[in-house]
Amino acid sequence: MNRRTLLSCLAGALTIAAIQAPLPASADALATIEANKVIRIAVPQDFPPFGSVGVDMAPKGYDVDVAKLIADKLGVKLELVPVTSANRIPYLQTNKVDLVISSLGKNAEREKVIDFSIAYAPFFNGVFAPADVAVKEIKDLDGKTIGVTRGAVEDLELTKIAPASVTIKRYEDNNGTISAFLSGQVELIATGNVVAAAILERNPPKRPEIKFLIKNSPCFIGLNKNEPALLEKVNAIITSAKADGALNAISEKWLGAKLPAEL
Amino acid sequence: MNYAFDYGWLLEYWPVLLKGLAITVELTLVGGVFGVALGVACAWARALGPKWLRPIVTTYVEMIRNTPFLIQLFFIFFGLPSLGVRLGELEAANLAMIINLGAYGCEIVRAGIQATPKGQFEAGASLGMSRIQTFWYVVLIPALQRIWPALSSQIVIVMLGSAAVSQIAAEDLTFAANFIQSRTFRAFEAYFVSTAIYLALAIALRQMLRGLGWSLFPKRSGR
Repeated sequence: MNRRTLLSCLAGALTIAAIQAPLPASADALATIEANKVIRIAVPQDFPPFGSVGVDMAPKGYDVDVAKLIADKLGVKLELVPVTSANRIPYLQTNKVDLVISSLGKNAEREKVIDFSIAYAPFFNGVFAPADVAVKEIKDLDGKTIGVTRGAVEDLELTKIAPASVTIKRYEDNNGTISAFLSGQVELIATGNVVAAAILERNPPKRPEIKFLIKNSPCFIGLNKNEPALLEKVNAIITSAKADGALNAISEKWLGAKLPAEL
Repeated sequence: MNYAFDYGWLLEYWPVLLKGLAITVELTLVGGVFGVALGVACAWARALGPKWLRPIVTTYVEMIRNTPFLIQLFFIFFGLPSLGVRLGELEAANLAMIINLGAYGCEIVRAGIQATPKGQFEAGASLGMSRIQTFWYVVLIPALQRIWPALSSQIVIVMLGSAAVSQIAAEDLTFAANFIQSRTFRAFEAYFVSTAIYLALAIALRQMLRGLGWSLFPKRSGR
């Protein structure tokens, strides 16, 4: 190995080490936000109803409204940063944003690299049906027919937990499942609350209401590790927004349903 | 290419395939029998039927022959419930296949009927046969014999077209292939096996129809 190769190897190793090392976060993110009078928040741009771009090119959605709420309560200017689901955590880690409000679910892998606030939005799969259908738990499905999108998480879960007497109709995609529900081909559907919200948005004669949950994975606000002041402030804002109905209004507006009590 | 083929799922999923095959066969049998019957009735109506009936049948035939099968199926399954007619996915699939084959069959059989020389009608009448007897023995049976290969092909096409019914959650062979694919992520193997089954089914159906043709039209089959 000559000297040049050795040097380039060393340079490479140093670069990698630099990338691997956590970026030195500013002394205190909350103090920085308050000093700059601006908070940078990552929101989705391709995931309605949580975040999408309206006809006026302005971002809109559940996450965008929560971002506005937090900026309001902090009394600072809001800078929205559109992200994709793949780059939302890197944006936070590289300090391009202060918070990620991007329908982020919590899991062990993510918890190793970032911190999470308390939950701010419901995100679940469940069994939906009109109000007059008396179903409260999996046992009540006995002998009933339920529509589901083939291969979706709720299909796999339902296949596992449903009693043998349940007939599961598997449609090709969400549109098939929605059509089957709206045309009355199936009385019940198992789907995500976002899909149910999309049905409700069209103001149909049959309104899918949640009967029971299959899988719950609510959304959390992501922030960098070791920012106790910011975390505490964000949690306080969400807690008070839950108490005063502000978050419930956002849920009604974008998901067409009240905020679940357990959130 | 470093894809490792794996047919291990066949052990677990063959009942799904078998059930799918049974549904496809059922759809083809019901669709084939009633569809051909409907086609013959419509061909009679269009070629020899009363004047008032002809435009009605023509409208039906042209509507079906000029729209996609999938749309007809969706209309019956998702559309008709708005008018209070709710059919299950198998009934809807059967109905769609019958009316589809009925329309195509009509045109095929009509071609056979219209190729019958006028003298043959007159010959029937001069032998003292009733109009119904003339139609049955002198017109329809020779006509069916002439167009039997074309009609057989159409039945095979409808059988293959039945793959579309998986879209309304009817659990036919295509549904089984899609289902297995979405559970095992073995796309190549799942579709390869279902392709082979469809191919075998089409060949068997064609042979069966050929045999049926021989037994239905024995005297003339030595043409």
